[in-house]
Amino acid sequence: MDVINSTKKISTKNLTIIALLVAFFILLIILEQVIAPTDRMNMLLVSLRQGSIFALLAVSMNLLNGFTGLFSLGHAGFMLIGATTYALFSIPLAQRTDVFLWFSDSYLIRTSFPEVLGNAIGGPGMIMGMLIAITLAGLITAVFAFLVGLPVLRMRSDYLAIATLGFAEIIRALIMWQGLGTLTNAGNPLRNFTRHVDLNITIGGQTFGLITFTLALLSAICIFVIILIVSSSYGRAFKAIREDDIAAEAMGINLFKHKQLSFCISSFFVGIGGALLAIFMGTVAPIQFRAAMTYEFLLIVVLGGIGSVSGSVIGAMLFVFASMWWLRGLDSGAFLGLERITIGGFNIGERVFVSGFRLVVFSVIIMCVVLFFRRGLLGDKELPYYVKKLKDTIVTRITRKEKAGVSDG
Amino acid sequence: MADNVLRLENLTMQFGGLIAVDDISLDVNKGEIVALIGPNGAGKTTAFNCITGVYEPTNGRVLLNGEIISESYPRGKMKDAYKGKNKGTYNKVVRHTPDKITYRGIARTFQNIRLFKALTVFENVMIAKHMRAKQNIFTATFRLNWKEERRMREETMALLEEQNLAHLKDHTASSLPYGLQRRLEIARALATDPSLLLLDEPAAGMNPQETQEIAEFIRSVREKYKTTILLIEHHMGLVMQISERIYVLDFGEMIAHGTPDEIRSNQKVIGAYLGVVEDAEN
Repeated sequence: MDVINSTKKISTKNLTIIALLVAFFILLIILEQVIAPTDRMNMLLVSLRQGSIFALLAVSMNLLNGFTGLFSLGHAGFMLIGATTYALFSIPLAQRTDVFLWFSDSYLIRTSFPEVLGNAIGGPGMIMGMLIAITLAGLITAVFAFLVGLPVLRMRSDYLAIATLGFAEIIRALIMWQGLGTLTNAGNPLRNFTRHVDLNITIGGQTFGLITFTLALLSAICIFVIILIVSSSYGRAFKAIREDDIAAEAMGINLFKHKQLSFCISSFFVGIGGALLAIFMGTVAPIQFRAAMTYEFLLIVVLGGIGSVSGSVIGAMLFVFASMWWLRGLDSGAFLGLERITIGGFNIGERVFVSGFRLVVFSVIIMCVVLFFRRGLLGDKELPYYVKKLKDTIVTRITRKEKAGVSDG
Repeated sequence: MADNVLRLENLTMQFGGLIAVDDISLDVNKGEIVALIGPNGAGKTTAFNCITGVYEPTNGRVLLNGEIISESYPRGKMKDAYKGKNKGTYNKVVRHTPDKITYRGIARTFQNIRLFKALTVFENVMIAKHMRAKQNIFTATFRLNWKEERRMREETMALLEEQNLAHLKDHTASSLPYGLQRRLEIARALATDPSLLLLDEPAAGMNPQETQEIAEFIRSVREKYKTTILLIEHHMGLVMQISERIYVLDFGEMIAHGTPDEIRSNQKVIGAYLGVVEDAEN
């Protein structure tokens, strides 16, 4: 009766996963101390930071698009709400006049959680303040999602996609509106808020970097919660809606309530992802949060596999590493030594590997992935499934060889 | 009647100018197997959809265990366009979405099987248990509902074992042969703890042997779960064999009802199915 007991028992499979994760995070801490910011390998850390945030954003999109089957394209708008909320509640008061340049002293929000708590308790207080601001970013995004969901979730498939896309643009337009300038700074970049550089710990003159670790840990916690939701009774109800909404309704699942639930939960984590992205980028400029940003995440989700959490994480990491690091040389004239090739006075490094070529190659790679992995890299299965499959094939091969050996003898 | 489970009163459904279900009244009593038959396009599935809340009837009333679960009268555009009978008899509107009706105790299967195809047999049945579980999104996420979850798993396993589907629990629903998919769909409907089970053509597309199996299966379901069953069926052999009473629809109208023997010899029914009665008399 392993099915029944699986709610309580921790299996060896889960233990392995936990051990691997702990090892990964210890490795992250060590890497961060070893690699100097000026080192070429620092790109690894930067990519890991962005990759983990993108992973969270992709997984929360997958919760909606992959698990509930609601094709929503409002990602960028909800990210913007999260990022803006975080920034507004964490800019130190002394910096506000500087940031709200066009609105002099009339800005509305006059609380900075990291500052208030930091002054009260010190270092840990600042971190607590950041966490409060991040959570608040998620909650406010979820509230907006609830309001947007009321009209939008009555639509289906393509219509839902178009409507959410429209609402994302409306959100951006609202935030850039001069009328709300005293609240949102009306499209002028928000900056100077508490960032990850403030997370480094100094003990006895020695600074320990914990930036990558903290961002990855926060993302991992959020992704873990999403996994818990997906594997819970509600997750099954979401999947039922994806598979066949008429049958789901006939089985007593209230469609609107569950769609709204999925929409709000997804947006909550998108808001948190937006806040983390703000921390990573250092400025929040609404102009960046266009529909193109949504498509990046859609690409990651499709690349990794619709309906696969680990697929989205792997897709996000590959996407970020390829575009930020591995293919960078294609833009700057040096890639795997290919730049030295000269054909009839036509030097590849000078003529081909110039700014913009990275995107060309990147697009071709993505086309190839989509062509050859039609259901994404992992389909709708999770990584452990493939590990087990690989183990099984190896085991059967070994036993076959042994049998062959026995029969030969 | 105290043991009345389902009652339709003057149920009428009009689409535009077409009356799909015309003033039908029907009773299903506790523990009965009742069949609703009729030629293609007679309005059987429409009647089902009115009962389960997919459609709001144009006029008439549906009662489950003596409680009104659906009632309507011609209003809006239908106020003038209504061509059916009993105008003015009903003046209330009671409307529930299909999930609420299922919660009140009517479970159904579909004419073209609607399983959650990519999910496993086990998950398919578990989903039907979701509705009655005492939990909310927080307790479910952080597994504070583990007792409830455990109960759901145990009940699901028990149900699958009773239906001889336990050995297939980890197979995806779409990988099952047709006959087993039908049985899984019925098992899934049973998992909602219904007082009334609606089966929409349970033997559609089955060979004689499978039809025989499904007939026994439906009977055994009634014995085991004390469910009342209303079914739509084209397969006369099956209908005559398992149902205690039969209602016959033709062009939306109820043309006959009675025991299988009465229906078998009813000239109107023979006429509706064969359309040759008048010719034969000439």
